[in-house]
Amino acid sequence: MALPEKLVDEFNALVKNYPAGKEGKRSGLIPALHRCQEELGGWVTPEIMEDLAAFFDLEPAEVYGVASFYPMFRLTPPGKHVIKVCHNISCDLVGARDVLAKAKELTGAEVHGTSPDGKFTLEVVECQGCCSTAPMIDLDNTFHENLTLDELERLIGECQ
Amino acid sequence: MSGFETYLMSRMAREDSHTLEGYKAQGGYATLERVLKDMQPSEVTEIVKASGLRGRGGAGFPTGLKWTFMPDASKDPRDRYLAINGDESEPGTCKDRVILDEDPHGLIEGVLMACYAMGCAASYIYIRGEYRHQYRRTEAAIAEARAAGLIGKNILGSGFDCEIYMHMGAGAYICGEETGMMESLEGKRGHPRPKPPFPAGFGLWGQPTTVNNVETIFNVPFIVERGAEWHRSMGTEKSPGNILVGISGNVKRPGVYEAPLGISAKTLLESPDFAGGLHDGRKLKAWFTGGSSTGMVPGSTIDTPMDHDGMQSIGAMLGTAAMIMIDDSQCVVRAMEVVARFYDHESCGQCSQCREGTQWLHQIFRRIEQGKGLPQDVDMLTAIASGMAPGKTICALSDAAAIPANQMVKHFRAELEEHIQSGGCRINHTGNFARGASAPTEVHA
Ligand SMILES: Cc1cc2nc3c(=O)[nH]c(=O)nc-3n(C[C@H](O)[C@H](O)[C@H](O)COP(=O)(O)O)c2cc1C
Ligand code: FES
Repeated sequence: MALPEKLVDEFNALVKNYPAGKEGKRSGLIPALHRCQEELGGWVTPEIMEDLAAFFDLEPAEVYGVASFYPMFRLTPPGKHVIKVCHNISCDLVGARDVLAKAKELTGAEVHGTSPDGKFTLEVVECQGCCSTAPMIDLDNTFHENLTLDELERLIGECQ
Repeated sequence: MSGFETYLMSRMAREDSHTLEGYKAQGGYATLERVLKDMQPSEVTEIVKASGLRGRGGAGFPTGLKWTFMPDASKDPRDRYLAINGDESEPGTCKDRVILDEDPHGLIEGVLMACYAMGCAASYIYIRGEYRHQYRRTEAAIAEARAAGLIGKNILGSGFDCEIYMHMGAGAYICGEETGMMESLEGKRGHPRPKPPFPAGFGLWGQPTTVNNVETIFNVPFIVERGAEWHRSMGTEKSPGNILVGISGNVKRPGVYEAPLGISAKTLLESPDFAGGLHDGRKLKAWFTGGSSTGMVPGSTIDTPMDHDGMQSIGAMLGTAAMIMIDDSQCVVRAMEVVARFYDHESCGQCSQCREGTQWLHQIFRRIEQGKGLPQDVDMLTAIASGMAPGKTICALSDAAAIPANQMVKHFRAELEEHIQSGGCRINHTGNFARGASAPTEVHA
C-alpha cells in the first residue's frame, strides 16, 4: 500500500513548518500519524508505519517506537465508535465510576476492549482538561462534558 | 466582581472573542503595533521582568528572567525559537483551554511580543492532541492573523519577521515537561532530556529555545500595554497579577475563574462569585492545591493565600492553581490511588526510580484501598518516595509522583492505617451523581 496522494500532498506542506533537513522533517511525524489514523480506518496499521517511515526517511521501527509511545495512536483496529471515559481524579470525584459502569453495560464492551458486535471500543483515559466540567467522555473525538447517565444513554443510543 | 480588577477573562464575554474582528474591537494588536514601532526588544523584556510575572505552567519561574537566558544574538547567530506549552495535562488543570478557545488572538499577540523580545523568527504552539476544538480555534486565529499581515514577513511594515506554527501532541502527560515536549515536537518519543544543556542553549533541533506556558504568554500583552507598575499593583509582592484558577471536585460551581494571586483559597471555594461552596451539609476533607502533583492537604488549611509563598507555608505548592476539592463523603485513600495510578501510567520509563517507584506506589495504595494493605506499607510508601525525589531523575515527573505520596502519609496517615487495620474502606465508591451538582457552565467570567 502507498499513502494516498492527498495525504502525501498534505505532508509535503506540513514538513515546511519545520526546519529543512532530515531532523526537521521528522517533526511532522506525530501530526502525520494523527492524519493517517483519522483518514485510513481509525488505526495505525503496520503498512501505514512503513509508508510513513519511507516518507520521513526513518526506519519502520522508529515510527513504531513513536506510535506505540503515545496513547492516542491505536495499533489495533477499533470498533465503529470509540468511547473514552476519563477516570482521573476530578472526574472520579463526581461520578466517573458510574459513567464507566454504565458505558460497559450499554455497549457490552470491556475496558480497552470492543463489544462483540464490533460497534464500540471502550477505553479509560487520563485527565482530558475537562476537570471543572466533569465527568466527561470523548465519543469519536468529541468531548461531552457535565455528563449525566441519561445523556450517556442518549449518546450511546444514537450510535446504535 | 469581588472588588478587584479583572483582565485575563475580560474579553471572553463577547460571542466573537475568538475572532480577529472581536479581538480588534477590544483593542487587540494595538499594543503590538506600538511595540514594533516604538520599542526595542530589550525594553519588552525589561517590562516583563519588572512586572514580576511568574510562569503559569507549574513551576512559577520568573518569565522575564527566563527570557534573558537566551544567548546574545550578536555572539550566537543560530536560529532561535519560542515553544508554547499547551500540553495541559496536569490533573485538575483546564485553564489554558479557555484561552485557546475564547481568546486565541491574545495568545498570538503575546507570542509575537515574546518572539520580538527574544529575537525568535518562529514559534511553535504545542497543543495536546485531545484538544481538537481548541486546536482548530487557534489554527483559525493564526490564519486570520497571517492574512492580516500580523504573522509572517515584515509584520505591520516593521521589518520584523515571525512565523507561528501549531503542533499537535498525542496524549502523553510527559510531553508537558518542557524537554519531553521538545522531543515530541521533533517527532520522537516524549523522553525528557537530561539538563544541562538547558533549552536556552540547546532546545528545539539543538537551537536556543524558550518554553513558556500558554497562560504565561497570554499575560504579556496586558503587561506591555499597561506597564509593570500596574501589574505589580495586583496580587502579592512576590506573586503579582491575576491568575486563572481551575476549581473542580465536590463544589457547587466548578469552573475556571480569574482571581488575584494571594486571594484566600477559602474565598475561592466559598464565594458565590467563585465555586459557591461545597454541597449542602458537606465539609472539606482535603484538597489538591494546584493540580495532582502538589498533593493533598487537609481541608483545615483552606484559609491560605493562593500564591507561591502561601502554598509553601502549608507545605504545598501553587502549581497550576488547579484546586481539586474533596468533601467528607469521599475517601482520600481512594483519591490517592487514582492519582498514583496516573503517575504509574505516565512515567516515560527512562529512569528506574520513577519507572519502578510509580508502579510500587500505585500497587501499595491500591492494596491499602482494597483492604489488603500490610502493616509495614505506610512506612514503605515513605521509603519508596524518598528514593524517587527530590532531584533524583532526569525530569520532575518522579517528584510529581512522590510529593502526593509523601503528603498523603504526612496528613492522612490515620486513614491509611485505618484501611489496613479494618481491611477495607467504609466509604461507598459510586461517585456523587446523587448529590445533584448543579451543571456548571463552561466559563465563568
Ligand atoms: C511531568 C511534568 C509535566 C508538565 N506539564 C506541563 C504542562 O502540561 N503545561 C505546562 O505549561 N507546563 C508543564 N510542565 C512544566 C514545564 O516543564 C515548564 O516548566 C513550563 O512549561 C514552563 O513554562 P512557564 O515558565 O511559562 O511556566 C510540566 C512539568 C513536568 C515535570
Ligand atoms: S480529571 Fe477528568 S478531565 Fe480532568
